[in-house]
Amino acid sequence: MCRLFAITSKTPLSPMVAVQALDVMREGHDGSGVGLFLRDLGGPFEEIKDAPILSGIFTDAGLKRLDAFMMDIGFMTKYKITIKVPKTTPPGVPRRDVYLIRAYEYPEEWEGLPAAELERRLLRTRLQLRQMGEEKQDMIVFSFWPDVIMLKEIGDPLTVARYLNLDRKELRARVIMAQGRQNTNYAINLYACHPFFIQGLATMTNGENTAFVPIREFLSSRGFEGYIGYQSDSEVFTHILHYTLHSLGLGIEAYKHVITPLMDEAIAAHPDAIMLKHLKHSCRRLIIDGPNCVIGCLGDHSLFMVQDRKKLRPGVVGGRPGIYAFSSEVCGLDAAIPDRDKSKDFQPMHLDTVIVGPDRQEIETCSQIDPLPRVA
Amino acid sequence: MLADRPITPSSLSVKDLPWQIAWDKEKCALCGRCTAVCPVQAIELGVFRKRLLTPSLDPKQQTGNTFATWYGVRQKTDPAHRCVGCAMCAMVCPNDAILPMRSDEADKLRFHINQGGQPRNRGGRRNMPGGILDRIKFTRISMLTDPALDAGRHEFELRTLLGRVLPPEQNLRFLRENGWIPPVRDIYPLVIGGMSFGALSPNMWEGLQLGVTYLNEELGLPVRICTGEGGCPPRLLRSRFLKYVILQIASGYFGWDEIIHAIPEMKEDPCAIEIKYGQGAKPGDGGLLMWYKVNKLIAAIRGVPAGVSLPSPPTHQTQYSIEESVAKMILSMSMAWGFRVPVYPKISGTSTALAVLNNLTRNPYAGGLAIDGEDGGTGAAYNVSMDHMGHPIASNIRDCYQTLVALGQQNELPLFAGGGVGKSGNLAANAAALIMLGASGVQVGKAIMQAAAGCIGSEADRCNICNIGQCPKGITSQDPRLYRRLDVDDVAQRLVDTVLSFDTELKKIVAPLGRSTSLPIGMSDAVGIDDYHAAKRLDIRFVV
Repeated sequence: MCRLFAITSKTPLSPMVAVQALDVMREGHDGSGVGLFLRDLGGPFEEIKDAPILSGIFTDAGLKRLDAFMMDIGFMTKYKITIKVPKTTPPGVPRRDVYLIRAYEYPEEWEGLPAAELERRLLRTRLQLRQMGEEKQDMIVFSFWPDVIMLKEIGDPLTVARYLNLDRKELRARVIMAQGRQNTNYAINLYACHPFFIQGLATMTNGENTAFVPIREFLSSRGFEGYIGYQSDSEVFTHILHYTLHSLGLGIEAYKHVITPLMDEAIAAHPDAIMLKHLKHSCRRLIIDGPNCVIGCLGDHSLFMVQDRKKLRPGVVGGRPGIYAFSSEVCGLDAAIPDRDKSKDFQPMHLDTVIVGPDRQEIETCSQIDPLPRVA
Repeated sequence: MLADRPITPSSLSVKDLPWQIAWDKEKCALCGRCTAVCPVQAIELGVFRKRLLTPSLDPKQQTGNTFATWYGVRQKTDPAHRCVGCAMCAMVCPNDAILPMRSDEADKLRFHINQGGQPRNRGGRRNMPGGILDRIKFTRISMLTDPALDAGRHEFELRTLLGRVLPPEQNLRFLRENGWIPPVRDIYPLVIGGMSFGALSPNMWEGLQLGVTYLNEELGLPVRICTGEGGCPPRLLRSRFLKYVILQIASGYFGWDEIIHAIPEMKEDPCAIEIKYGQGAKPGDGGLLMWYKVNKLIAAIRGVPAGVSLPSPPTHQTQYSIEESVAKMILSMSMAWGFRVPVYPKISGTSTALAVLNNLTRNPYAGGLAIDGEDGGTGAAYNVSMDHMGHPIASNIRDCYQTLVALGQQNELPLFAGGGVGKSGNLAANAAALIMLGASGVQVGKAIMQAAAGCIGSEADRCNICNIGQCPKGITSQDPRLYRRLDVDDVAQRLVDTVLSFDTELKKIVAPLGRSTSLPIGMSDAVGIDDYHAAKRLDIRFVV
């Protein structure tokens, strides 16, 4: 089982807050790896919110190929963070040449492009880099998106964080998602490490996705270039979210109706019965069936959490106006936000979607039996 | 046998027959029930004469012969009266004095069962036990990475969809814009496959309909039943129970005059319309109801004269090409019910199934595809068709599903698999295996007949005389003296028992795989097989 932790705060926080929360929950994960997603960045990136940031791990040769490739398209480096690591690696952590976090200036020809086209090109660039890296095993690319940094590495989360010296000003962020990873199903591969990212959306999941193969087949056959990978059965949660929001044009409230639809009797009694029945029928291939807790971040910086239909995984949300955290366990929440009204902590159940919006003022909950917001 | 009895090429001894009657003189009470019940008159009263030697050691007394006569059961050996192994004689014998025994070697009858140049014609199934479905195992068991679900306590919704499912984007757009959204039925994944009124006795048909109604209305299990090609009784057409029925139209169009005329009086739409183009038991051959079974009632429902054989043509008379005629037929049928009823074709398993499938994917009115594999059963067909023609269902379904995946249309055009599901009694395991290979549901016939009505047919060529209307259990007979053996309520009760136990077993299979809220269609990572080539062919795990 993995452990998840996400936090959203008015003032930028060090990633160590999340890593320490994971460490408190260490009984629940095997410390085989860590994945970090940082957004709404503080520090130097505050000034360059629109510049796409490339996050990944490169060999020296890979870095050269990256530079040539990016220059060729017309990307200019705007800002970069250099992570200098000690000479000796901690046990279980592989030696890497370069942990890259680099903000770029858009190519001149890209200026004035409609947002959708820009997003498509950013995705395509990331996929091209990923493919190049897979060919020569010299690059691993996590994200290429404005105001987003991702970092993943094999090893115990706290050890890795100290080794990479993550407690630094440049990495402060208002939204942080972190996952302590246990890799039970698939070979150790950083592309299998949560959180997963696609076009501004990120999710991480606790639990196994038993319906993985049919869902993967559905997503892969959509003809959308970004639906690839699937080294982990949890990556489909990110892509289903993307599909729900982008292709179906629905809101986050509908996400749970896609992955864990109501039973037929409950749909019949729902004010949006007709729409939900059609959604259930046509999205039947996206129904998850595993014990899963999904925590995700939307394009507007909202954080959300949903549970599987049987609510078989732990998950709690708590905090106070200005700072809220989503955690697999209460002890993780206690470690990050000890001074909160614990009576207001919320553990979403099988029908709930919990959202903390970009204003970070309250925990919003919506139940699947509530009417859906009117879609224009 | 008399010494001068002529021996012809087709003279057979009891030893040459597939079934030999073992009869115990000591136990026999000479009640005559066995000879009376035998559906093929394979046994008759025998008068036996025995010479008794009476030797004497006393030279005064003469040594000599006496002759005794006794009565018993004699087995006939001519092909027309061969024992079919049904063992009804054993069932009625009060003293357990009689039993048909399977010959210990291949029979010689098979070379002679074409007298007058007529190849063997029979009912039943392919005489080949076992099959690949029984060898598929469910290997992906959730335990620690993921707690197994509780088949007894968790909520389950193991339903499937019959009818064309639109891609999500299109479905939501049509919903907003009031476009036409094809009708879709939310049904149980076990469908009782097409067995016609005529092939089945009235009691059997009524029992199945009664059971299906009970399953739907009392137990909430939306099990559907297909009529087969024989029309539908007029009262059922005009009842609310029609919604549980899939009406089948096949190349003989039997009963469709009645159905079409009943449309204005229908209280409910039927569940779906199945256009039968082929049948697994006799691919490329039409339906057949032999004259023995065409009595007045059957003739009336089908709209034909009584007492004549009813061979449906191998293909629909209007059929010119799949592009035109199948599309037209699907459209006509859709139109007849105002596009409110799913219409789908059923074909026999064939290596050309993909061509049919590809065509259907481009036809927005096609509501699915049912494929009937080589192990499908029939009321009447040539033995050669049953035993040697057709395609196994597993690879046919898998190929079709994978083609749909490549097109991104998996489950949009639901595939229903039939033919040998539950052949060896493993109904739930076979169904689950086919579902995980990509079927949206299964069609079952023989297994239901065996479980719900006690059909005694087997792959060892036992009984299999459904064609001549002499079914000893009254399942496939139109003779009231035979079908009154079958109680309508008992059939309904047994059908309900069978489906309920199937439901529990299906849950016992999917729960440990971590599935409960949706039918695991295409969950091919969950299954494996101990045959390397089969695993390769089906694109599943090879496990030893």
